[in-house]
Amino acid sequence: MPLVLPPTVLGFYMLIAMGPRGPLGGLWRTLFGHGLAFTFSGLVMASVLYSLPFAVQPLIASFEGVDRKLLEASAILGASRLRTFGRVILPLSVPGIITAMVLSFAHTMGEFGVVLMVGGNLAGITRTVSIDIYDRVQSLDYAGANRMALVLMLFSFAVLSLVYGINRRFERRLWSPWPAR
Amino acid sequence: MAGEVNAAGLSVRVRKEHHSGAVASFVLDVNLEAPPGITILFGPSGAGKSTLLDCIAGLVRPDAGRVAIGERVLFDIDGGVNLPPQQRHIAYVFQSLALFPHMTVEANVVYGLADTKDPRKGQRVGEILEMFRVEKLRERKPAEISGGERQRVALARSLVTLPRVLLLDEPLTGLDAELKTSIVDDLRAWNAAHKIPILYVTHTREEVDALGERVIALDHGRMVSEGTPREVLDAPRRRRLAQAAGFENLLRGTVMDLREADGVMRVRLANSASEIEVPLGYAAPGQAVRVAIRAGDILLATEQPSGLSARNTLEGKIASLERRGTLVLARVDCGVIFTVHLTPGAERTLQLALGKNVWLVIKTHSCHFVDD
Repeated sequence: MPLVLPPTVLGFYMLIAMGPRGPLGGLWRTLFGHGLAFTFSGLVMASVLYSLPFAVQPLIASFEGVDRKLLEASAILGASRLRTFGRVILPLSVPGIITAMVLSFAHTMGEFGVVLMVGGNLAGITRTVSIDIYDRVQSLDYAGANRMALVLMLFSFAVLSLVYGINRRFERRLWSPWPAR
Repeated sequence: MAGEVNAAGLSVRVRKEHHSGAVASFVLDVNLEAPPGITILFGPSGAGKSTLLDCIAGLVRPDAGRVAIGERVLFDIDGGVNLPPQQRHIAYVFQSLALFPHMTVEANVVYGLADTKDPRKGQRVGEILEMFRVEKLRERKPAEISGGERQRVALARSLVTLPRVLLLDEPLTGLDAELKTSIVDDLRAWNAAHKIPILYVTHTREEVDALGERVIALDHGRMVSEGTPREVLDAPRRRRLAQAAGFENLLRGTVMDLREADGVMRVRLANSASEIEVPLGYAAPGQAVRVAIRAGDILLATEQPSGLSARNTLEGKIASLERRGTLVLARVDCGVIFTVHLTPGAERTLQLALGKNVWLVIKTHSCHFVDD
């Protein structure tokens, strides 16, 4: 569902659920003594829900990409399904897991609608870089917007190359024809 | 070695239908007993060999039947028994081997011992690695070792669990003969101590010759013959099997007459005037039959031979010559095309060339009668 729902709509429903009279907000209040809406925790929760499908799809694809014969071999060697998952499927899916992380990270980073709905725009609490850029453009502070955009771009680029670097090293360690040392 | 000697045989009776749409496109229907020792399952691809192994291992659920090792029932449609692969104590080496690519050789071998409480676990791993001559490769990943070594590791990984039955699905494909023999020798040595039934699937004739004490031939999902390699390979009962068994010449013909006193019948080859003499079979004059002849069983002469015991000499012309490694493959047109194998030396001495007149000499007993 979150995949096809417009972000604003999702954000709106999340806001209602997290509000003082919403089920989520009420529960949160009895547990922690304060509401969820317009807080960082609420923002994280909404973002997780929003980005989950982008993580789940590459995960499933990479789990399914593991050679069936390896799973059969594992079963014949006496391993339970759980052990097969932990010892065979998961380690062989590392590249897919990393891809899932990158995708959902990039996706959350640029998210706007859900964040604005659930988090509002509170400096130091829920003002994300994307919202800050929007804010500055609104107040015609193009220089400031430009600086923030650059920060976001450099940061995204750094994370992306880091993650792909790790990914590549992993692949090499797993299937390299040369000794790892 | 650890592990008690047990002499429990494997008995299998399975039926499995594959459907495409509403009709059964393939039916596997096999009933076999495999005593301790190597039993070869031989047949062309698509004969149902791998499906049969999958049924025994519990990867595929048969539609009917029973699978048991000695008294221990693994699958019984009537008793409602269907043990999962984890509980069958069967080892299975796939053609692809399926070694875990992210684990070292040692981790691969230890994998199947996870639930084993044996304090001598480490020693067992060491022993099996040594037995299959891969102890030096412990720390390597499968991608870092040779094909033959991978096959040895796959065997070690399967056998360290002390299985009750070993299933091998063409595990030695792609290895040269010498390497194959040495791996098989190690396998035999292991089994001399453990005496479990080993089902070895192959579609190549050489492996049957090299390994076989006991061969079961499978075609179209059914057992077509059973016996020693000679018995099974030299008397093909079905055409597809004949091709698999290396009969390069498979000729259509019509039975002309039966000479029961001589134990032969004459067959006229289709679309030609040539007649050959083949051993007497269950056929009537006028019946269409096929005759299978191995390319290596045909002699080639450049002059008309005389004074031979062989009953069949056919005149023809060389239609093509083709070098295949240490073998020359000659096609000879005698009205029908025969394939003949020669050595490169023979090709030189006989000065064979395209269009040259030659005579083919075929012993009666090299002609195998195949019912269609």
